[in-house]
Amino acid sequence: MIDKLDSALRFHQEALNLRARRQEVLSTNIAHADTPGFKARDFDFSSTLSQAVERGRGSLSLSLSLSTTSSRHLQLDTQAAGQATAQADMLYRTPVQSSIDGNTVEMDVERVNFADNAMRYEANLTVLSSKIKSILSAVQ
Amino acid sequence: MPVFNNQSSSIFGIAGSAMTAQSQRMNVTASNLANADSVAGPDGQPYRARQVVFEMASPDSKDVGGVRVARVIEDQSPLHLVHDPKNPMANADGYVASSNVNVVEEMVNMISASRSYQANVEVLNTAKTLMLKTLTIGQ
Repeated sequence: MIDKLDSALRFHQEALNLRARRQEVLSTNIAHADTPGFKARDFDFSSTLSQAVERGRGSLSLSLSLSTTSSRHLQLDTQAAGQATAQADMLYRTPVQSSIDGNTVEMDVERVNFADNAMRYEANLTVLSSKIKSILSAVQ
Repeated sequence: MPVFNNQSSSIFGIAGSAMTAQSQRMNVTASNLANADSVAGPDGQPYRARQVVFEMASPDSKDVGGVRVARVIEDQSPLHLVHDPKNPMANADGYVASSNVNVVEEMVNMISASRSYQANVEVLNTAKTLMLKTLTIGQ
């Protein structure tokens, strides 16, 4: 039962995690708008998310581990353990107009991406909330 | 999600460190503008314009991290010489060496620092809104 609930919410959990991660990366870019030599970073959201969902499938053992006191106790399958949190492939942004000090942050691009990411984060939250609500009403 | 800890790899840490760095830059600009006409600093030498140098403050060379002021450098461009024989600081030829502050440059620096500060405040506000919204999941 618990693993049904987990798989029902896993996609949204991974998406929300990655949105938060991307928010951090974009805020780093904005913070470093005046740092000489700083290269703006980002990652491809959709491919990272599909990777994370693929990897997470069937790896419930990450947070649940069995303590065995006898050699005849069954072990959980731990082959996919430890990978549930997505590791994003960090890429470098290609600047449209590079500046003379080697900094590749373009404030307009970063701000647009940041606002877009924030909006999608909120949309994700709304969907997740209504999903939880519908599961709750099914349980009652 | 490590948002509420005080490490510089969270959004609040990153934007906060950038705001600190930008306000330090503004501080240096204020000092430069105030001393634009100073003929001598505490060491008796003419005042030289100062500039801050930013660098990435990432704890273990991670991809994300805040900003930190690496050092404050002194502008080595030539001092401004004014012919003023009556001034007690004048040299044998009657010239007074005053600071090498370029007022126009400092004004531009100040505007740039203020805009960057605003951008980071915006980031902080957005992050705060999202976190508050996250707290209402499932309600």
